[in-house]
Amino acid sequence: MRGSFSTIAKMFSVGVVTAGLLMSVPAKAADDTIKVGILHSLSGTMAISETTLKDAMLMLIEEQNAKGGLLGKKLEAVVVDPASNWPLFAEKARELISKDKVAAVFGCWTSVSRKSVLPVFSELDNILFYPVQYEGEESERNVFYTGAAPNQQAIPAVDYLMSEDGGSVKRWVLEGTDYVYPRTTNKILEAYLKAKGVAAEDVMVNYTPFGFSDWQTEVSAIKKFGSAGKKTAVVSTVNGDANVPFYKELGNQGIKAEDIPVMAFSVGEEELAGLDTAPLVGHLAAWNYFESVDTPENAKFITDWHKFIKNDKRTTNDPMEAHYIGFNMWVKAVEKAGTTDPDKVIDAMVGVSVPNLTGGYSTMMPNHHITKPVLIGEIQADGQFETVSQTPGLVMGDEWSDYLPDSKDLISDWRAPLSCGNFNVATGKCGGKGTN
Amino acid sequence: MILIRAIGLMLLLLLGTLPPSNAGEADLRAVIGKFATATNFPAIEAVVRELAATSDPAVERPLAALAEGSLYVRKADSLVFVGKESGDSIELLDALTGEKSGEAAKTDIIKIKVNNTLRRVIRDALGTLTLGSKDPAVRIAAADTMFKTPDAANIEPLDTAITNESVASVKALLEQARAASVLVSDRPEADKLAAIALIGARGDRDAVSLLTSVEANSEGAVKDAATAAITNINSTLALWDAGQNIWYGISLGSVLLLAAIGLAITFGVMGVINMAHGEMVMLGAYTTFVVQEVIRNSFPGLFDWSLVIALPLAFLVAALVGLVIERGLIRFLYGRPLETLLATWGVSLILQQAVRTIFGPTNQEVGNPSWMSGSFNIGQLAVTWNRLWILVFALGVFAVLLYVMKRTPWGLQMRAVTANRRMAASMGIRTPWVDALTFALGSGIAGIAGVALSQIDNVSPNLGRGYIIDSFMVVVFGGVGNLWGTLVGAFSLGIVNKFLEPYAGAVLGKIVVLVLIILFIQKRPRGLFALKGRSVEA
Repeated sequence: MRGSFSTIAKMFSVGVVTAGLLMSVPAKAADDTIKVGILHSLSGTMAISETTLKDAMLMLIEEQNAKGGLLGKKLEAVVVDPASNWPLFAEKARELISKDKVAAVFGCWTSVSRKSVLPVFSELDNILFYPVQYEGEESERNVFYTGAAPNQQAIPAVDYLMSEDGGSVKRWVLEGTDYVYPRTTNKILEAYLKAKGVAAEDVMVNYTPFGFSDWQTEVSAIKKFGSAGKKTAVVSTVNGDANVPFYKELGNQGIKAEDIPVMAFSVGEEELAGLDTAPLVGHLAAWNYFESVDTPENAKFITDWHKFIKNDKRTTNDPMEAHYIGFNMWVKAVEKAGTTDPDKVIDAMVGVSVPNLTGGYSTMMPNHHITKPVLIGEIQADGQFETVSQTPGLVMGDEWSDYLPDSKDLISDWRAPLSCGNFNVATGKCGGKGTN
Repeated sequence: MILIRAIGLMLLLLLGTLPPSNAGEADLRAVIGKFATATNFPAIEAVVRELAATSDPAVERPLAALAEGSLYVRKADSLVFVGKESGDSIELLDALTGEKSGEAAKTDIIKIKVNNTLRRVIRDALGTLTLGSKDPAVRIAAADTMFKTPDAANIEPLDTAITNESVASVKALLEQARAASVLVSDRPEADKLAAIALIGARGDRDAVSLLTSVEANSEGAVKDAATAAITNINSTLALWDAGQNIWYGISLGSVLLLAAIGLAITFGVMGVINMAHGEMVMLGAYTTFVVQEVIRNSFPGLFDWSLVIALPLAFLVAALVGLVIERGLIRFLYGRPLETLLATWGVSLILQQAVRTIFGPTNQEVGNPSWMSGSFNIGQLAVTWNRLWILVFALGVFAVLLYVMKRTPWGLQMRAVTANRRMAASMGIRTPWVDALTFALGSGIAGIAGVALSQIDNVSPNLGRGYIIDSFMVVVFGGVGNLWGTLVGAFSLGIVNKFLEPYAGAVLGKIVVLVLIILFIQKRPRGLFALKGRSVEA
């Protein structure tokens, strides 16, 4: 009897404390701030890439506050750590939206983390800005894709390699890490190469596990494939961590960029920071931004970043620029709508145009993707990229690839009458399904 | 003194007023000057070709500099210089003579851009220009380039080079390069057949590559000869491929052995399921990074020694952390494997996050000393130096550990405690200290494994994660408690993996290996070499 009484008393006191905590939350969150959620992993395997984006967001928010905030209110960053754990992404997103009442969320890196939060964002009707290049085949009302779609990175990169400047490549190795982004991208690329008249025996596709570190067999297979008397190139969708041993093995086995260049889609300044780049000079990467781009906007961004992070050696990279564009677009849309109400902001977003860091303007399109220039860069001995080719104009992000049979008839337009992310032009119905 | 200076000054004046000794020099300078106005790659390529067409050895300097990306245009007067980085500014050298011509800030000069196509053009051009070089290594490189990019126009310069060549090995390469050029020329069929025979004897991938294009572009006897030569080379290469798989397997095995050998002690001998083992490897790798940072900043001359210096330090750091973990945590959990597993898992997360907080989440750059870079060939088998050294190192560590375990009093005590703890304690062995030191030894060895692994893998907080599963796999497969089992286990897993990889792919290969191990453990639960005796039951 005594025991049960004390248990009840304990439960009661816990209840009181919890209630007190819940009460204190709205009291602390004064009404004069607008909250912005940051959903990037700060621990676990993805921390290597995502921590930087968290810092970049904090810097952007601080700068906006220094400029006087937004709608006369200060912005307040709410940082959570989903710990590279995909289901936790959904939980933390829910927490940000329901508990912290954020006006928008900037976050995610891997496609699987994005897929895991999608239902939360459509259920609770909030906004996600996704800053990383991805495989496409998706367009959601609540998500704005500020990274590159395949036609803003992979296709122009292959075009460059096919051109005379890029070495008139005839034989292709598609080397990737075994998960959704490389698999879908390679499917699109295979279809694209076939459409360009490349024979099946001139394409080799190979996948390796996450964090793969023993590249001897793969590199010697590439060497063998490359000795068929035709100009060969490697298109690499190898993910972050596995790249360092991959490039080390390439260098050690003496594969030079002049003979077999490697075009990478996931290697940026950040990844090169962990490498001695001297043997890699001449290997390529395709992005929409390089730290080495020589524009006044970029110079200012880099100086601000070094000041904010208090380290002159920290690099900037493409997803950071994507957040820069996304954040400024959101600010502009909120000003245009006069409110942070997600529904109104989503409608106000389409058509918003802000300067990017490469000396032009990026515009939000009706399919929630943005326009970007595509840059091809060569790795330099100092770990930076030097732009060797740039698309003449801006490329509009194409969410449904034209080269995949499942998605070639799909379009996306989130503006009023259509309001559909997967409209099938062949059947005239909303609700088509892409490749994944 | 004054006199000497005066004479020197006069000489300088004289030199200054003398007309250029080489009449071509002014022309060359004029061509080089065109780089300043060439704004796109085709224009730069045209200038490169014009320079190469002069066949003057003096153009080697500006062309080589361009390929390296160190040819600059000074904004002020549009003159072209070779630049050498010195601190924040760039030292300018004359493009033809290499004499010092002042300094410039990075903003005052523009680098002339270069891409892979240009690099190839330059390499081909330099190939012909450097055939007469005094350095045999340069001549070999030239012969190699000319072999890969055959051109009928190369035959004559090669003929001269072959007659002047004194080194037999270089001469053979030059003859192969000549043969390659003959194949693309309009020489008679008999010459071409002789050339194919010569190239067929070379027997490597470059030869196949060349012959394949010959096969596609010719007819009749030449085509048949090329096809026969390709078949012939390919059958030899298939043998080399098998040899290569074995070597790759041994190399992977040595990495597995390094990663697992520390665990063979903590898990194998002591029976502690140590999930923080990978983090000890990571600590070793980070110690290497810190050592290299200090050397880079303070003693750049010692860089080639950095790994040797890092080895004892990594051992100490990891052993110390291991000692603290054992004394502070694990000793309370002996005999409770599940709790040990969870506790050490927690420790591993703490260590990872600690490193992430101190060093940041990004990869850290650990350089390869010069003696660990590049590769050499045994026949058609390319052996990379870093892999070879890691193999040697792994076997060395194994030998030392075996010696410690079998031949020293400490090792005897360790084995005694493992075999029968209570009996050992009755004999006067301080078992708690033996436990602590054994755990520290296992951790320390994981630390020095980290030094070696930093050479082939990322140095990031996640480094240890990638090795923990493999390590347990090796120890369990080899037989818990048996060092020899770990050795045999590591190498057999490595070789099986590398034989499967070319056929099944890396992902499926790994799965197949896992399934094989599971089946094997079903049959022999105690691994390859089961330890007989009481300890297994304890």
